[in-house]
Amino acid sequence: MENILTVESLSKTFRLHSVNKEIRAINKISFVVKEGEFVGITGKSGSGKSTILKCIYRTYLPESGDIWYNSKKFGLINLREATEREMIYLRKHEIGYVSQFLNALPRITAREIVKQAILEMGHNDKYAEEETEKILTHFELDPQLWDSYVATFSGGEKLRLNIARAMVKRPRLLLLDEPTASLDDESKEKVRVLMEQLVREGTTMLGIFHDMLFMQNLCDVEYRMLDGEIIKYSEKNPFTKH
Amino acid sequence: MDDLSNPVLSVKKLNKQFGPGCSQCGKADSAVLVKNFCPVCGTVYACRDISFDLYPGEVLGIVGESGSGKSTLMRQLYFDQEATSGEVYIRFYHDGKKNVLNESSQQKRYIRNHLMGKVYQNPLLGLRMNFSSIGNIAEKLIAAGNRNVGQMVLRGQVLLEEVNIPLFRMKEEPQKFSGGMQQRVQIAKALSNNPPILLLDEVTTGLDLSVQANVLDLIRNLQRELKISMIVVSHDLGVIRMLADRTFVMLEGKIIEQGLTDQILEDPQHPYTQQLVHSLL
Ligand SMILES: Nc1ncnc2c1ncn2[C@@H]1O[C@H](COP(=O)(O)OP(=O)(O)O)[C@@H](O)[C@H]1O
Ligand SMILES: Nc1ncnc2c1ncn2[C@@H]1O[C@H](COP(=O)(O)OP(=O)(O)O)[C@@H](O)[C@H]1O
Ligand SMILES: [Mg+2]
Ligand SMILES: [Mg+2]
Ligand SMILES: [Zn+2]
Repeated sequence: MENILTVESLSKTFRLHSVNKEIRAINKISFVVKEGEFVGITGKSGSGKSTILKCIYRTYLPESGDIWYNSKKFGLINLREATEREMIYLRKHEIGYVSQFLNALPRITAREIVKQAILEMGHNDKYAEEETEKILTHFELDPQLWDSYVATFSGGEKLRLNIARAMVKRPRLLLLDEPTASLDDESKEKVRVLMEQLVREGTTMLGIFHDMLFMQNLCDVEYRMLDGEIIKYSEKNPFTKH
Repeated sequence: MDDLSNPVLSVKKLNKQFGPGCSQCGKADSAVLVKNFCPVCGTVYACRDISFDLYPGEVLGIVGESGSGKSTLMRQLYFDQEATSGEVYIRFYHDGKKNVLNESSQQKRYIRNHLMGKVYQNPLLGLRMNFSSIGNIAEKLIAAGNRNVGQMVLRGQVLLEEVNIPLFRMKEEPQKFSGGMQQRVQIAKALSNNPPILLLDEVTTGLDLSVQANVLDLIRNLQRELKISMIVVSHDLGVIRMLADRTFVMLEGKIIEQGLTDQILEDPQHPYTQQLVHSLL
């Protein structure tokens, strides 16, 4: 299968001017993600896992190296050099990012959040409405909450909504930064079912998971990190994976 | 591809100085300058070589401390003041091929009345305080060439409803309104001619927090609905975070950093931006 993402010698150092300090978060990271694959990144806290995902998504400015992404719209594009406009387009249409924090305006309803995500892809209102209700139902978000402000939601409700918002776009590449970190087992299970469904529909996943067991049941490939470098690569036997 | 590469507004090397300049400070980057001020002749270089593009449907944030030149920049773009030098192109005016800064004052008035809206921090600058609210809107509509009174009243009512001003108050003068309501009338007025470009200069500064939140919600919702391109200026990074897709940071009349808003917040590069972000945390 084709590579959807090829990361070559990616480095990132943070320069904190006021304390005159440099933090080298990742150092010459290289790896590939094939289309349709579920790739996991593991490693201790502080080893640089989130930095990789955030450099791909441009929440962090990559410092050196290349991030080749095979875009539906632009063809092969180096995300390190892509313009802000191109990144905004890719975020709307092709690349999703989910963390454990719901990044939303305080006074927006659950329905609006999800619907907006669909609308910004260019779908019509009716379709957006239907898909919104479908995914909110799937995540068993109480219909009484659909039109409530998300600021009033519990942690678990916020998280499920956060994941729903990213998944409803059926992105080509979904970056997952410990999205299930504080979910209960039942909610995690719902996320897993949806992830498997997305993988079947062709979404490629690059994820960090807190729960190793959860991850090992999903991943095709695992990269382990230590101190900003990849120290181990392991592939799941295609015959034991189901 | 059109929307990705074809800006609605393009600003190139815009400069604005207050004062004549002198042999000491001649160049904007002269060593004699203290920040952007010439101690010899007293000239302030308020905007220095500002260049940027605004794209369809995007919200561009401009953040910076007081005195960094944000309002001056907005004033040049709305022709409230004459720029010292530079170029500004607008896609809807001669296909973006004419530097609008060089146009006649009559043409500038046309651009302002038909292609732009502006909301000021100080409602006194955007509203006639002793006209009725609906009259304020009609004023902008008339400037944009409307003559049919019935239609203007209808349009005014729609707009006032849109910004949540109860219709039974539409004949009242803004001077009787609270600060938040005045800003909402200003927004309705600025939107009345359906401008493709909206300029917002510190529109929530000075309002109570809860009122500020309402106005920000309103702006966000209107932007989604109407897909207007907006430039939002604020000294408050919190406001910018709520509204902007991309953000510029201004300091001493210059753009010192730009990026996607979440990148500016999570990975600021310039020492000044780092300080600004840390003070927000
Ligand atoms: N925005 C940031 N500013 C400064 N340092 C950061 C930032 N993000 C991460 N780091 C530093 O980079 C290193 C790697 O962090 P991170 O990628 O978050 O690790 P992980 O996700 O594996 O826990 C850590 O030392 C962390 O403190
Ligand atoms: N009409 C004016 N005459 C002289 N100096 C001015 C005038 N307007 C603004 N300035 C100066 O230009 C600089 C930028 O001001 P301004 O654009 O209002 O900044 P901001 O909106 O970022 O607070 C400041 O130093 C200010 O004192
Ligand atoms: Mg992390
Ligand atoms: Mg100002
Ligand atoms: Zn001088």
